[in-house]
Amino acid sequence: MPYPGYMEESIRKVEATRQRRLKETFPRITLEEKAPLLQKFHPDFIEEGMRKLLVGPNKGSRTPNEMADVLEGNSRIDPDKIDLLRIDYDVDILVIGCGGAGASAALLAQENGADVLLVTKLRLGDANTVGAQAGTQAADRPNDSPAIHYLDTMGGGGFTNVPELVEVLVRDAPGVINWLESLGVMWDKNPDGSIHELSGGGASRLRLHSARDYTGLEEMRVLRDEIRNRQINYLEFSPVIELLMDDKGQVAGAILVNLETNELSLVRAKAVVIATGGMGRLHIQAFPTTNHYGATADGLVLAYRVGAELIFMDTMQYHPTGAAYPVQILGQLVTEKVRTLGAQLVNADGEQFIMPLDPRDVVAAAIIQECRRGIGIKTPTGEVGVWLDSPMIDIIRGSGTIGRELPAMVRQFGRYNIDIITEPILAYPTLHYQNGGIRINPEGATTVPGLFAAGECEGGVHGRNRLIGNSTLDIFVFGRRAGRAAAQYVKGVKLGSLRLDHVRQWQRELERAGIAGSRAISPLLLPDYASHMPDYLPDYGRQALAVGQIKIA
Amino acid sequence: MAEARMIDIYIMGSRYQVPEGLTILTALEYCGYRMIRGCGCRAGFCGACATVYNFKNDPQLRYDLACQKTIEQDMYLVQIPFFPAAKALYNLEEVEANGEQVLKLYPDLVKCFGCNNCTKTCPQDIEVMWFMSDALRGDIREVAIKSFDCVMCGLCAARCPQGLVPYNIALLSRRLYGRYLAPPSKHLEDRIAEIEAGKFDAEIEELRKMEQSELKRRYAGREIEPAY
Repeated sequence: MPYPGYMEESIRKVEATRQRRLKETFPRITLEEKAPLLQKFHPDFIEEGMRKLLVGPNKGSRTPNEMADVLEGNSRIDPDKIDLLRIDYDVDILVIGCGGAGASAALLAQENGADVLLVTKLRLGDANTVGAQAGTQAADRPNDSPAIHYLDTMGGGGFTNVPELVEVLVRDAPGVINWLESLGVMWDKNPDGSIHELSGGGASRLRLHSARDYTGLEEMRVLRDEIRNRQINYLEFSPVIELLMDDKGQVAGAILVNLETNELSLVRAKAVVIATGGMGRLHIQAFPTTNHYGATADGLVLAYRVGAELIFMDTMQYHPTGAAYPVQILGQLVTEKVRTLGAQLVNADGEQFIMPLDPRDVVAAAIIQECRRGIGIKTPTGEVGVWLDSPMIDIIRGSGTIGRELPAMVRQFGRYNIDIITEPILAYPTLHYQNGGIRINPEGATTVPGLFAAGECEGGVHGRNRLIGNSTLDIFVFGRRAGRAAAQYVKGVKLGSLRLDHVRQWQRELERAGIAGSRAISPLLLPDYASHMPDYLPDYGRQALAVGQIKIA
Repeated sequence: MAEARMIDIYIMGSRYQVPEGLTILTALEYCGYRMIRGCGCRAGFCGACATVYNFKNDPQLRYDLACQKTIEQDMYLVQIPFFPAAKALYNLEEVEANGEQVLKLYPDLVKCFGCNNCTKTCPQDIEVMWFMSDALRGDIREVAIKSFDCVMCGLCAARCPQGLVPYNIALLSRRLYGRYLAPPSKHLEDRIAEIEAGKFDAEIEELRKMEQSELKRRYAGREIEPAY
């Protein structure tokens, strides 16, 4: 199913303007222009999409309704029915989640002498990390420096980032690239060994380290293999449903549930590292998402209930280019690397409207603006999008570039008979990343003793908007730091007796706020696409379900 | 909105009617299956949703990723949520990057008789059998390059009549290549040494303590290297 016939006319216009646009540079947005564009068109600024939290450490702060629903949720357990003397696993460090951050934390914790248990909701390595395509930032070329990386990151985040976190992010970055290579990650390299680095939105130097457009997959499959080689104990399909504390107010382990059998297990641990990733599967403001099936903000819920403070919970990242067509891949990631390599964004008339390498919040807002102006392209299922002019890449960089640099994208669209080497991609913003999260210090420690956090579930380092390539950097920098710091921390910790009083207190707080009866249970664990249709599916799918057209033979 | 045509599919033998245009994964969900296993990134990168299908009147088995493949009339579907596969344990720092090493860790490699089932099975269209023969010849670089787009869904191992695990042999080869055979990056080593020597400390410290107005001025005025 290539593009429907009625889109031909617009595609012709894109082709007709291409030669002119090859020489045309759209000006970057100024700081003065940025604020009004975001306020008018970025989803973070839609008032009715947000509300103030009624309970917990961030009571009174705004967050999207869908996030508030899980943060204000009821516990999955009755503390009176849990036998805290029946310990199933007794370890130094429990790491929750096994994406890039969790895997790094587990490896570093073990290297630093700790006995580690790694638990994950789905399979080892099932995480947003595998879907990261473009690359990882590190300022290691001669004309670059960690200071320039610092400035780019602060500017991208609207100068709201926590400076101490940005400092360690940029300083650790080259070491992270080297660490990954020492574990066998294959970076795209030039014949002389120098790394083939690319530009990215908001970055002032070529700084992206890629592995074709499978960067996160390459990073993850190597780390997962290393976890197995080092025989770190792990449990799959075993999410945490509540943290345990001790009578001294320290985090002291967790309660796991076997997703298939519903059996509970108790883990006693001197420290816990939360590395549970993001929230895309909450479908904030009904957006489709690039995120993994398990991205339901569970770690935030767990941390919030033991009193950990969250930061920047009112800002989410909408990736400018989710697939808008075909419907089978609606909202799935079209990597920023497409723009990095030279593709421009153009409207139905084939005209540019934004510098394609401005920061993501700006580009997403500009696409939404263009579509509201009516110069987007409508799809047969009622979606709308703008063209990402991928064929420009081979014209600029030589025939064969797209095939070499973007095999995943060629494959993904090729399945639907769209050849991105000769045809543009239809794109619209999609829910991609949680800019904020659990507040940490540079060692990954949260505001609660014994609790560490790393990766997308923590916040502060990206301020209000993360740059491309800084998330697959964040996970390794803070995963490694949290693992190391937790291993150090447990050497001096004496646990008291286990307690679930924080859950009782939490439920009392919900009662007092008058919301215990009206809130769902959380953490959510998995989205429910089976008993109702997700909002992003086509209308005909929902209608069919509504009238009960499912027939079972 | 267009009325979608409903088509018949068969999930583990049972017939369901679903609207045309769904993927195998969303069709399963449409029918009420709440996935625990067999569902991961939902975008073709993680290999969790390896799936086998054929058609009512065509017994030839086909293979794909459930999140990527669109359903077709009369499809018979089943997923492979887990498949037992051997993985050699090794310390990357204590192995050598050569063909003997690969054979030592995966001695069954010699049992490959070139039936090509692995290649025919691969949802990524990787020439699995060819990289297996490269592995037999000890050409680690070729294995690494040919296998690079592997999502480790496990279908090749599930279909190998000799019980081989091509995706783990490929992973070993890529790690050996990345660690030992890829040319080293001097600019990276130099930068790490500079950071350790404290070369950028003063500059970062200055930025960290800077008034926000001045930081904004610096940001707006920073030189931008052309993307290409």
